[in-house]
Amino acid sequence: MSIQEFVAPHSLSEAKSLLADGAMASVLAGGTDLLVGVRLGTRSPERVVDLKKIPELTAISVDAEALHIGAAASAFSILHDSDVPSFFPGFAEALDLIGSTQIQGRCSAGGNLCNASPAADSIPALIANGAQCVITGPAGDHQMPVEDFVLGPSKNALKEGELLVALILPRPSSQTADAYLRLTPRTEMDIAVAGVGVSLTLDGEGTCTAARVSIGAVAPTALLVEAAGAALIGTQLEATAIEAAVAAAREAACPISDKRGTAEYRTHVVGVLVARAIAQAQARIVEASS
Amino acid sequence: MNAYQEFSIIGSRPIRPDGLDKVTGRARYGADLNMQGQIYGYIVRSPHAHAIIQSIDCSQALAMEGVLAVMTGEDLPVPGDSVLGSGEGAIALKDLSPMVMSQGKVLFHAQAVAAVAATSPELAAEAAALIAVSYQVLPAVTNMHEALGADAPILHADRFPDGFPEEPTNLAAHISLEVGEPDAAFERADVVIEQTYSVPMCHQGYIEPHACVARVDAAGRVDLWCSTQGHFTVAQYTAALTGIDVGKVKVTASEIGGGFGGKTTVYLEPVAVVLAQKSGRPVKMVMDRGDVFRVTGPAPGAQTRVKLGAMKDGQLVAADVECVMDSGAYNGNPAGIPAFMATACYKLTNARSTGRAVYTNKPKIHAYRAPSVPQVTLGFELAMTELAAELGMDPLAFRLKNAVEEGDVNMMGAPYKRIGLRECLEVASTHAHYKAPVAEGEGRGVAAGYWINAGLQSSATLNVLSDGHLSILTGSPDIGGSRASMALMAAEVLGIPFEHIHPQIAATDAVGHCDVTGGSRTTLATGQAVIQAAEQCVAEMCRRAAAEWEVEAVVVTWSQGAAHYGEQSLTFEALARRAGTMGGPLTFSSSLTASSAAPSFGVHICDAKVDKETGRTTITRYTVIQDAGKAIHPAYVEGQMQGGAAQGIGWALNEEYLYDEHGALQNPGFLDYRIPVASDLPFIDTVIVEVPNPLHPFGVKGVGEVPIVPPMPAVAEAVYRSAGVRLRDLPLNPPKIVAALQEQ
Ligand SMILES: Cc1cc2nc3c(=O)[nH]c(=O)nc-3n(C[C@H](O)[C@H](O)[C@H](O)COP(=O)(O)OP(=O)(O)OC[C@H]3O[C@@H](n4cnc5c(N)ncnc54)[C@H](O)[C@@H]3O)c2cc1C
Repeated sequence: MSIQEFVAPHSLSEAKSLLADGAMASVLAGGTDLLVGVRLGTRSPERVVDLKKIPELTAISVDAEALHIGAAASAFSILHDSDVPSFFPGFAEALDLIGSTQIQGRCSAGGNLCNASPAADSIPALIANGAQCVITGPAGDHQMPVEDFVLGPSKNALKEGELLVALILPRPSSQTADAYLRLTPRTEMDIAVAGVGVSLTLDGEGTCTAARVSIGAVAPTALLVEAAGAALIGTQLEATAIEAAVAAAREAACPISDKRGTAEYRTHVVGVLVARAIAQAQARIVEASS
Repeated sequence: MNAYQEFSIIGSRPIRPDGLDKVTGRARYGADLNMQGQIYGYIVRSPHAHAIIQSIDCSQALAMEGVLAVMTGEDLPVPGDSVLGSGEGAIALKDLSPMVMSQGKVLFHAQAVAAVAATSPELAAEAAALIAVSYQVLPAVTNMHEALGADAPILHADRFPDGFPEEPTNLAAHISLEVGEPDAAFERADVVIEQTYSVPMCHQGYIEPHACVARVDAAGRVDLWCSTQGHFTVAQYTAALTGIDVGKVKVTASEIGGGFGGKTTVYLEPVAVVLAQKSGRPVKMVMDRGDVFRVTGPAPGAQTRVKLGAMKDGQLVAADVECVMDSGAYNGNPAGIPAFMATACYKLTNARSTGRAVYTNKPKIHAYRAPSVPQVTLGFELAMTELAAELGMDPLAFRLKNAVEEGDVNMMGAPYKRIGLRECLEVASTHAHYKAPVAEGEGRGVAAGYWINAGLQSSATLNVLSDGHLSILTGSPDIGGSRASMALMAAEVLGIPFEHIHPQIAATDAVGHCDVTGGSRTTLATGQAVIQAAEQCVAEMCRRAAAEWEVEAVVVTWSQGAAHYGEQSLTFEALARRAGTMGGPLTFSSSLTASSAAPSFGVHICDAKVDKETGRTTITRYTVIQDAGKAIHPAYVEGQMQGGAAQGIGWALNEEYLYDEHGALQNPGFLDYRIPVASDLPFIDTVIVEVPNPLHPFGVKGVGEVPIVPPMPAVAEAVYRSAGVRLRDLPLNPPKIVAALQEQ
């Protein structure tokens, strides 16, 4: 069955009722996953609900506590018309890795998350930064951490009729920085063989006081590797601490061997990226405070 | 001695006549034509890689509202033993027909088994799902080494290559050549090396998928539009495959979005014609990207064992090459070329060369830029580099010491005429790239390459227009800027402005026969037809001017776009305007079977840096040096050199066909079939060497194919030098490099 109906509501309440009346509906943010799926025959919604005309869903704002990113805000607007890159250079780099300029003009962080690909680039960066999902639906609004949102490949925690409204990233201190690195055989237009998001906080002496490490493309979902963060906290990020974080990430990884790389390779390379991402986040903090 | 020694416009770089339409999106490609009343064809494909078709039931599909025709293999004639074409281009109908539609048996996954035409593409797809095919599934083999094993499933129980016992195997062809006494020469050699190298099956990777529209008129005449490298070949193949007289088939070539050899055959066209015949409506067919990868194109994977012997002073004394090539499910003839051409760059009077082709449950292989030569050259050139290192010689100096030159004889037996390998090697040795020290952590590789180049049949018609402009009609689809070259060659002979010349690709009923745009032959052969027709035009114009001046034609000269005698002159434009009263329209045609083809050689230099932790390779600097004979339009010669290098780099690093255990292709798309993107490549520097081809009036040699020959061995050596670990099995992707480094 092909698409029967395309609706572009102007308000969240309208969108909610369009999703709740029982029709086989899919929401469309940028459509860069959805439309590819329709063409491949893996998705066959009867109704498509476009989110881009709903102001809350494309808004980006900063307050004293956090950054709020509308779920359908395009990667381009996040990268070029907001403060996000200055607060979260790693998350911005993750978005900037998605597709090409044309793709970035359409695609959203919310879509990247809801699509729930194990290899999605922005998800490890969101997890590393402790991002929360704002969800609305027939049963009202609620929030959950990004690491709990993705349940498996193409499976997210949204219930029937629910919608991701925004992503909330706690505002980082001046002693906090993030980094995101991925490995692809090509430089662009490729899919992560492994991805790593790291967020670090250092005190004035260079001691790590908080750390979150998230790994992507090496398990059915992006993982928060708490043991890797724990291995760093309280250290000066010396070689042994980084080795321990690398080992914890490799331990947590449970990749498959497929056309994109062997399990051995993915496990190896996710460790390489953890070490490099830690070094990059650390360098960002040092640079910002010098 | 070339007929033309000095040039006024040849060698300049005007903007191609087809450029503006291409960059503004107006150019019409295969899928851009729609015919009034057209319906849409859709192909039902086998879910199995090897099976007997027990039955096909189309009744439910045919009963659907909006479905106007169905077809199966039964609608095509049985191929029998007939052969199409001759010589190099010959192909048995039994190897071609099943690539269009299977008859009774499928030998690879996604092979066509039936087709349906309906009033919309969606409806056609829905109807296709209702066609019920029952299969008896057979075991499949996709690995060519396993296919040669004793217990492998046999693909063709009725085929025995010449000279082999009459028991079926999967050996498709076997050819063995020998010159001199290689065994004795190896005994004599100071240093002998022997290694085995391999390359995976890959795809040409053209951006434009196959597409066509076919219409059959009330008298049964076919009007076919498609994306192709050779519409005369499409007409011939389509006629033979459908049983329609070729005289009733007219084919028009669309603009083409890449082919690289892969569009020198037919897949959809005969199906669209049969569906159009049956439905009485024009039928349009467009292949999707997945099917382009699954059922068209692939270039054979190959394994090459190379044994080389040399004296301490660097003289090469013996070679023994054995190349096993994957032919896919039918005979794509990949074995002969490596056997004949493996040693073509070097003076070798004692050599043995063997080529074998193997049937596997994969699509039949097809031509890809210098077909089969890059695969065998990976082995031969990398072995040359390894041997140079053992001898303690510079790899270019070692090649220069052994490089072929005029008078040398290769395995094909004919002595070389004036060739440019030595010149290319000399330019490479002194090039700034080669002189520059290798950067820290990087490695450098060099390699040479050879390609024979084709001549074949070409035609051109020149029509002088009444305002002094000129239209050029040829039957050679333009895949690399050849229209610009045709206009330049005519402008050179006629002395009229490039902008006044309008080159076009005419349909099969509007110009004389042209073989495919392939074998790097178009600028050489079709160009020669244009030159000859332009020379006829000059002769006729001089004759008319002579008549006007009442003098003998021989005393009239032609220069700067005008006929001259003494103080008198008549311009091209004046003669064009007055054609009606001076003898009638000025139209000139020339056709030939070109015997002017000459081989081309290239030398590539590659610097690469391997990230030893991740195994990723970055190509940091790349230079292509190539003999073009005479570069008609240097920018498009450079474009060929750069494009060939880019494709070779992709094949070396990441491109690879990956099959699952059931014989289904796992990476049928550009996401997982990784051709390089622009940011993966450095600027590819080029040096055009010009050693004129003595057989061609302008000195042209083919340039399109040889640039894909040297990259794999050049990249492989650069990777070895940077990573410190030698890999002889391509592609050199990150997991493979990391695994090799960890093993070390
Ligand atoms: C050429 C190309 C290259 C790409 N490269 C990359 C890459 O490098 N890295 C990468 O990670 N991805 C890549 N992608 C995938 C894709 O672009 C990203 O996942 C993108 O972020 C998806 O965003 P979107 O807004 O287009 O999503 P859409 O296609 O609009 O939506 C994706 C899915 O999420 C659902 N959805 C969207 N928004 C919401 C919402 N607010 N609430 C509930 N459900 C929602 C949709 O129904 C759909 O199922 C690429 C895609 C293409 C076509």
